[in-house]
Amino acid sequence: MAKVQGAIVINIERCKGCEVCVGVCPESVIAMSKAVNGKGYHYAEPINENCTGCTNCAVVCPDGVITVYRVKI
Amino acid sequence: MTREEIIKEENLVYKKTALFTDKALSYCPGCGHGTVHRLILETIEEMGIQASTIGVAPVGCAVLAYEFMDIDMMQAAHGRAPALATAVKRLNPDQYVFTYQGDGDLAAIGTAETIHACNRGENFTIIFINNGIYGMTGGQMAPTTLPNMKASTCPYGRDTAMMGNPLKMTELVAQLPGTYYVTRQSVHTAGAVRKCKKAIRKAFENQKLDKGVSFVEVVSNCNSGWKMTPVQSNKWMEENMFPYYPLGDIKVPQV
Repeated sequence: MAKVQGAIVINIERCKGCEVCVGVCPESVIAMSKAVNGKGYHYAEPINENCTGCTNCAVVCPDGVITVYRVKI
Repeated sequence: MTREEIIKEENLVYKKTALFTDKALSYCPGCGHGTVHRLILETIEEMGIQASTIGVAPVGCAVLAYEFMDIDMMQAAHGRAPALATAVKRLNPDQYVFTYQGDGDLAAIGTAETIHACNRGENFTIIFINNGIYGMTGGQMAPTTLPNMKASTCPYGRDTAMMGNPLKMTELVAQLPGTYYVTRQSVHTAGAVRKCKKAIRKAFENQKLDKGVSFVEVVSNCNSGWKMTPVQSNKWMEENMFPYYPLGDIKVPQV
Protein backbone atom coordinates (compact mmCIF):
# COMPACT_ATOMS: atom_id res chain seq x y z
CA MET A 1 0.00 0.00 0.00
CA ALA A 2 1.33 3.32 -0.98
CA LYS A 3 1.89 5.50 2.02
CA VAL A 4 1.12 9.14 1.93
CA GLN A 5 2.28 12.01 4.02
CA GLY A 6 0.60 15.35 4.18
CA ALA A 7 1.05 18.77 5.66
CA ILE A 8 -1.30 21.66 6.27
CA VAL A 9 -0.62 25.35 6.27
CA ILE A 10 -3.05 27.54 8.19
CA ASN A 11 -3.52 31.21 7.51
CA ILE A 12 -3.65 32.09 11.20
CA GLU A 13 -4.71 35.69 10.75
CA ARG A 14 -7.87 34.60 8.90
CA CYS A 15 -8.69 31.72 11.28
CA LYS A 16 -11.69 32.46 13.50
CA GLY A 17 -11.09 29.60 15.90
CA CYS A 18 -14.42 27.81 15.28
CA GLU A 19 -12.80 24.40 15.96
CA VAL A 20 -14.84 22.65 13.25
CA CYS A 21 -11.63 21.34 11.67
CA VAL A 22 -10.48 19.72 14.94
CA GLY A 23 -13.32 17.18 15.01
CA VAL A 24 -13.17 16.16 11.35
CA CYS A 25 -9.45 15.29 11.35
CA PRO A 26 -9.12 11.47 11.40
CA GLU A 27 -5.51 11.68 12.63
CA SER A 28 -6.05 14.32 15.37
CA VAL A 29 -3.48 16.58 13.83
CA ILE A 30 -5.15 19.89 14.60
CA ALA A 31 -5.51 21.62 17.96
CA MET A 32 -6.29 25.15 19.01
CA SER A 33 -3.36 27.37 19.93
CA LYS A 34 -2.80 28.96 23.32
CA ALA A 35 -1.77 32.15 21.59
CA VAL A 36 -4.28 34.42 19.86
CA ASN A 37 -4.15 36.05 16.43
CA GLY A 38 -4.66 39.71 15.62
CA LYS A 39 -8.42 39.42 16.05
CA GLY A 40 -8.15 37.66 19.39
CA TYR A 41 -9.09 34.16 18.26
CA HIS A 42 -7.28 31.01 19.36
CA TYR A 43 -6.29 29.76 15.93
CA ALA A 44 -5.99 26.17 14.70
CA GLU A 45 -2.50 24.74 14.35
CA PRO A 46 -0.99 21.34 13.45
CA ILE A 47 0.44 19.60 16.52
CA ASN A 48 1.96 16.43 15.06
CA GLU A 49 3.25 14.88 11.84
CA ASN A 50 0.45 12.34 11.30
CA CYS A 51 -1.29 14.31 8.55
CA THR A 52 -2.28 12.20 5.54
CA GLY A 53 -3.42 15.10 3.40
CA CYS A 54 -7.04 13.91 3.33
CA THR A 55 -8.28 17.54 3.00
CA ASN A 56 -11.16 17.01 5.46
CA CYS A 57 -10.13 20.04 7.51
CA ALA A 58 -9.78 22.23 4.47
CA VAL A 59 -13.19 21.37 2.98
CA VAL A 60 -15.10 22.07 6.19
CA CYS A 61 -13.25 25.27 7.07
CA PRO A 62 -15.85 28.03 6.62
CA ASP A 63 -13.16 30.61 6.00
CA GLY A 64 -10.99 28.48 3.72
CA VAL A 65 -7.82 29.19 5.70
CA ILE A 66 -6.29 25.72 5.32
CA THR A 67 -4.03 24.74 2.44
CA VAL A 68 -3.18 21.05 2.11
CA TYR A 69 -0.11 19.39 0.59
CA ARG A 70 0.38 15.66 0.06
CA VAL A 71 3.17 13.39 -1.19
CA LYS A 72 3.41 9.65 -1.82
CA ILE A 73 6.35 8.01 -0.08
CA MET B 1 9.99 13.60 5.04
CA THR B 2 10.01 16.91 6.83
CA ARG B 3 7.22 19.42 6.72
CA GLU B 4 9.28 21.78 4.59
CA GLU B 5 9.86 19.07 1.99
CA ILE B 6 6.12 18.39 1.71
CA ILE B 7 5.04 22.01 1.47
CA LYS B 8 5.89 22.60 -2.17
CA GLU B 9 3.79 23.83 -5.04
CA GLU B 10 3.84 20.45 -6.84
CA ASN B 11 2.37 18.67 -3.78
CA LEU B 12 -0.55 21.05 -3.40
CA VAL B 13 -3.88 19.21 -3.13
CA TYR B 14 -6.26 21.80 -1.72
CA LYS B 15 -6.21 25.55 -1.62
CA LYS B 16 -8.86 28.23 -1.18
CA THR B 17 -10.15 29.12 -4.63
CA ALA B 18 -8.77 32.24 -6.27
CA LEU B 19 -12.32 33.39 -7.01
CA PHE B 20 -12.58 34.72 -3.48
CA THR B 21 -11.62 38.35 -3.10
CA ASP B 22 -9.01 39.29 -0.50
CA LYS B 23 -11.63 40.50 1.96
CA ALA B 24 -12.05 38.48 5.16
CA LEU B 25 -15.52 36.89 5.35
CA SER B 26 -17.82 38.84 7.65
CA TYR B 27 -19.55 35.74 9.01
CA CYS B 28 -19.37 34.46 12.58
CA PRO B 29 -16.82 31.73 13.34
CA GLY B 30 -18.09 28.35 12.15
CA CYS B 31 -20.95 29.71 10.04
CA GLY B 32 -21.93 27.56 7.07
CA HIS B 33 -22.22 30.59 4.80
CA GLY B 34 -18.47 30.70 4.23
CA THR B 35 -18.39 27.04 3.23
CA VAL B 36 -21.28 27.42 0.80
CA HIS B 37 -19.67 30.53 -0.73
CA ARG B 38 -16.54 28.47 -1.30
CA LEU B 39 -18.47 25.57 -2.85
CA ILE B 40 -20.21 27.90 -5.28
CA LEU B 41 -16.94 29.56 -6.26
CA GLU B 42 -15.17 26.22 -6.64
CA THR B 43 -17.97 25.02 -8.90
CA ILE B 44 -17.71 28.18 -11.00
CA GLU B 45 -13.93 27.79 -11.19
CA GLU B 46 -14.13 24.14 -12.20
CA MET B 47 -16.73 24.85 -14.87
CA GLY B 48 -14.66 27.80 -16.11
CA ILE B 49 -17.63 30.16 -16.07
CA GLN B 50 -16.27 33.02 -13.99
CA ALA B 51 -16.89 35.52 -16.77
CA SER B 52 -20.37 34.23 -17.58
CA THR B 53 -21.94 33.91 -14.15
CA ILE B 54 -24.21 36.46 -12.50
CA GLY B 55 -25.09 36.00 -8.86
CA VAL B 56 -27.89 37.69 -6.98
CA ALA B 57 -27.15 38.51 -3.35
CA PRO B 58 -29.99 38.57 -0.81
CA VAL B 59 -30.72 40.64 2.24
CA GLY B 60 -29.54 38.93 5.40
CA CYS B 61 -26.16 37.79 6.64
CA ALA B 62 -25.08 37.12 3.06
CA VAL B 63 -25.99 40.64 1.93
CA LEU B 64 -22.30 41.33 1.36
CA ALA B 65 -21.74 38.20 -0.72
CA TYR B 66 -20.71 40.39 -3.67
CA GLU B 67 -17.81 41.70 -1.58
CA PHE B 68 -16.35 38.20 -1.28
CA MET B 69 -17.12 36.62 -4.65
CA ASP B 70 -15.02 37.77 -7.56
CA ILE B 71 -17.83 37.38 -10.09
CA ASP B 72 -20.58 39.63 -11.41
CA MET B 73 -23.23 40.10 -8.78
CA MET B 74 -26.37 42.08 -8.15
CA GLN B 75 -28.09 42.98 -4.94
CA ALA B 76 -31.84 42.41 -4.72
CA ALA B 77 -34.36 43.98 -2.38
CA HIS B 78 -35.35 41.78 0.54
CA GLY B 79 -36.81 38.54 -0.78
CA ARG B 80 -36.86 39.69 -4.40
CA ALA B 81 -33.78 37.79 -5.56
CA PRO B 82 -35.77 35.26 -7.67
CA ALA B 83 -37.62 38.13 -9.39
CA LEU B 84 -34.36 39.90 -10.18
CA ALA B 85 -32.74 36.65 -11.27
CA THR B 86 -35.69 36.06 -13.61
CA ALA B 87 -34.98 39.35 -15.33
CA VAL B 88 -31.24 38.74 -15.44
CA LYS B 89 -31.67 35.27 -16.92
CA ARG B 90 -34.29 36.31 -19.47
CA LEU B 91 -32.12 39.17 -20.68
CA ASN B 92 -28.92 37.08 -20.63
CA PRO B 93 -30.02 33.54 -21.46
CA ASP B 94 -26.43 32.45 -22.13
CA GLN B 95 -25.23 33.44 -18.66
CA TYR B 96 -25.30 31.24 -15.58
CA VAL B 97 -27.51 32.89 -12.96
CA PHE B 98 -27.91 31.95 -9.33
CA THR B 99 -29.52 33.45 -6.26
CA TYR B 100 -28.11 32.99 -2.80
CA GLN B 101 -30.75 33.40 -0.09
CA GLY B 102 -31.31 32.72 3.56
CA ASP B 103 -34.51 31.48 5.15
CA GLY B 104 -35.71 34.91 6.26
CA ASP B 105 -35.26 36.14 2.71
CA LEU B 106 -36.51 33.18 0.69
CA ALA B 107 -39.10 31.64 3.00
CA ALA B 108 -40.59 34.72 4.67
CA ILE B 109 -40.65 37.99 2.77
CA GLY B 110 -39.76 36.36 -0.53
CA THR B 111 -42.24 33.47 -0.47
CA ALA B 112 -44.30 34.86 -3.36
CA GLU B 113 -41.28 35.57 -5.56
CA THR B 114 -39.78 32.17 -4.83
CA ILE B 115 -42.93 30.18 -5.46
CA HIS B 116 -43.81 32.03 -8.64
CA ALA B 117 -40.29 31.86 -10.05
CA CYS B 118 -40.28 28.12 -9.33
CA ASN B 119 -43.76 27.72 -10.78
CA ARG B 120 -42.85 29.58 -13.97
CA GLY B 121 -39.88 27.27 -14.37
CA GLU B 122 -37.28 29.98 -14.73
CA ASN B 123 -33.95 28.57 -15.71
CA PHE B 124 -31.64 29.52 -12.83
CA THR B 125 -30.24 28.08 -9.64
CA ILE B 126 -31.46 28.94 -6.16
CA ILE B 127 -29.13 28.29 -3.23
CA PHE B 128 -31.19 28.42 -0.04
CA ILE B 129 -29.41 28.53 3.33
CA ASN B 130 -31.75 27.32 6.06
CA ASN B 131 -30.61 27.90 9.63
CA GLY B 132 -34.04 28.25 11.22
CA ILE B 133 -33.51 31.78 12.48
CA TYR B 134 -33.00 35.38 11.40
CA GLY B 135 -29.26 35.55 11.95
CA MET B 136 -28.31 39.08 10.97
CA THR B 137 -31.04 40.96 12.82
CA GLY B 138 -30.45 39.22 16.14
CA GLY B 139 -31.87 35.70 16.19
CA GLN B 140 -35.61 36.32 15.75
CA MET B 141 -38.02 33.52 14.91
CA ALA B 142 -38.13 32.65 11.22
CA PRO B 143 -40.74 30.63 9.30
CA THR B 144 -38.31 27.72 9.45
CA THR B 145 -37.75 27.85 13.23
CA LEU B 146 -38.40 24.40 14.69
CA PRO B 147 -41.23 23.70 17.18
CA ASN B 148 -40.07 24.53 20.73
CA MET B 149 -36.85 26.06 19.42
CA LYS B 150 -35.92 29.23 21.27
CA ALA B 151 -35.36 32.49 19.46
CA SER B 152 -35.26 36.07 20.65
CA THR B 153 -38.90 36.67 19.68
CA CYS B 154 -40.05 33.31 21.13
CA PRO B 155 -37.89 33.00 24.26
CA TYR B 156 -39.96 30.07 25.60
CA GLY B 157 -39.67 28.17 22.33
CA ARG B 158 -41.85 28.23 19.22
CA ASP B 159 -45.40 27.42 20.26
CA THR B 160 -46.95 25.83 17.18
CA ALA B 161 -50.48 26.42 18.47
CA MET B 162 -49.91 30.16 18.32
CA MET B 163 -47.10 30.62 15.80
CA GLY B 164 -47.79 27.87 13.33
CA ASN B 165 -45.55 25.14 12.06
CA PRO B 166 -42.15 25.43 10.38
CA LEU B 167 -42.33 25.90 6.64
CA LYS B 168 -40.71 23.16 4.58
CA MET B 169 -39.97 25.36 1.62
CA THR B 170 -37.98 22.77 -0.28
CA GLU B 171 -40.73 20.15 -0.17
CA LEU B 172 -43.16 22.88 -1.18
CA VAL B 173 -41.31 23.94 -4.33
CA ALA B 174 -40.66 20.30 -5.25
CA GLN B 175 -44.42 19.99 -5.87
CA LEU B 176 -44.30 22.65 -8.57
CA PRO B 177 -43.91 21.60 -12.20
CA GLY B 178 -41.36 24.36 -12.85
CA THR B 179 -38.63 22.90 -10.64
CA TYR B 180 -36.22 20.49 -12.29
CA TYR B 181 -33.86 19.49 -9.49
CA VAL B 182 -34.62 19.96 -5.78
CA THR B 183 -32.28 18.76 -3.08
CA ARG B 184 -31.40 19.35 0.56
CA GLN B 185 -27.80 19.23 1.74
CA SER B 186 -25.68 20.36 4.66
CA VAL B 187 -22.08 21.47 5.19
CA HIS B 188 -21.24 20.41 8.75
CA THR B 189 -18.90 17.49 7.99
CA ALA B 190 -16.36 16.81 5.27
CA GLY B 191 -18.60 14.17 3.66
CA ALA B 192 -21.60 16.47 3.68
CA VAL B 193 -19.57 19.27 2.12
CA ARG B 194 -18.42 17.00 -0.72
CA LYS B 195 -22.00 15.87 -1.36
CA CYS B 196 -23.23 19.43 -1.26
CA LYS B 197 -20.63 20.44 -3.82
CA LYS B 198 -21.83 17.73 -6.19
CA ALA B 199 -25.39 19.00 -5.77
CA ILE B 200 -24.36 22.59 -6.48
CA ARG B 201 -22.39 21.47 -9.53
CA LYS B 202 -25.43 19.59 -10.82
CA ALA B 203 -27.65 22.60 -10.14
CA PHE B 204 -25.36 24.81 -12.22
CA GLU B 205 -25.01 22.28 -15.04
CA ASN B 206 -28.80 21.96 -15.26
CA GLN B 207 -28.92 25.53 -16.54
CA LYS B 208 -27.50 24.28 -19.86
CA LEU B 209 -30.61 22.12 -20.29
CA ASP B 210 -33.15 24.92 -19.88
CA LYS B 211 -35.58 22.75 -17.93
CA GLY B 212 -36.43 24.89 -14.92
CA VAL B 213 -35.30 25.91 -11.49
CA SER B 214 -32.59 23.94 -9.70
CA PHE B 215 -33.12 24.42 -5.99
CA VAL B 216 -30.45 23.50 -3.44
CA GLU B 217 -31.32 23.93 0.22
CA VAL B 218 -28.37 23.84 2.61
CA VAL B 219 -29.33 23.19 6.23
CA SER B 220 -26.82 25.28 8.13
CA ASN B 221 -26.03 26.38 11.62
CA CYS B 222 -26.34 29.79 13.24
CA ASN B 223 -24.22 29.45 16.33
CA SER B 224 -24.63 33.10 17.32
CA GLY B 225 -28.41 32.99 16.97
CA TRP B 226 -28.69 29.60 18.61
CA LYS B 227 -26.31 30.72 21.42
CA MET B 228 -23.96 27.77 21.06
CA THR B 229 -20.37 27.13 20.06
CA PRO B 230 -19.90 26.15 16.40
CA VAL B 231 -19.20 22.51 17.30
CA GLN B 232 -22.23 22.34 19.62
CA SER B 233 -24.42 23.95 17.02
CA ASN B 234 -23.40 21.39 14.40
CA LYS B 235 -24.30 18.62 16.83
CA TRP B 236 -27.59 20.32 17.72
CA MET B 237 -28.33 20.65 14.02
CA GLU B 238 -27.77 16.92 13.48
CA GLU B 239 -30.03 16.01 16.39
CA ASN B 240 -32.83 18.51 15.86
CA MET B 241 -32.79 20.01 12.37
CA PHE B 242 -32.18 16.85 10.34
CA PRO B 243 -35.19 14.90 11.67
CA TYR B 244 -37.42 17.77 10.52
CA TYR B 245 -35.41 18.69 7.43
CA PRO B 246 -34.08 15.33 6.20
CA LEU B 247 -31.11 15.52 3.84
CA GLY B 248 -31.15 14.12 0.35
CA ASP B 249 -32.57 14.66 -3.12
CA ILE B 250 -36.26 15.50 -3.13
CA LYS B 251 -36.83 15.83 -6.85
CA VAL B 252 -34.38 14.46 -9.35
CA PRO B 253 -34.69 14.79 -13.12
CA GLN B 254 -36.36 11.84 -14.81
CA VAL B 255 -34.01 10.52 -17.45
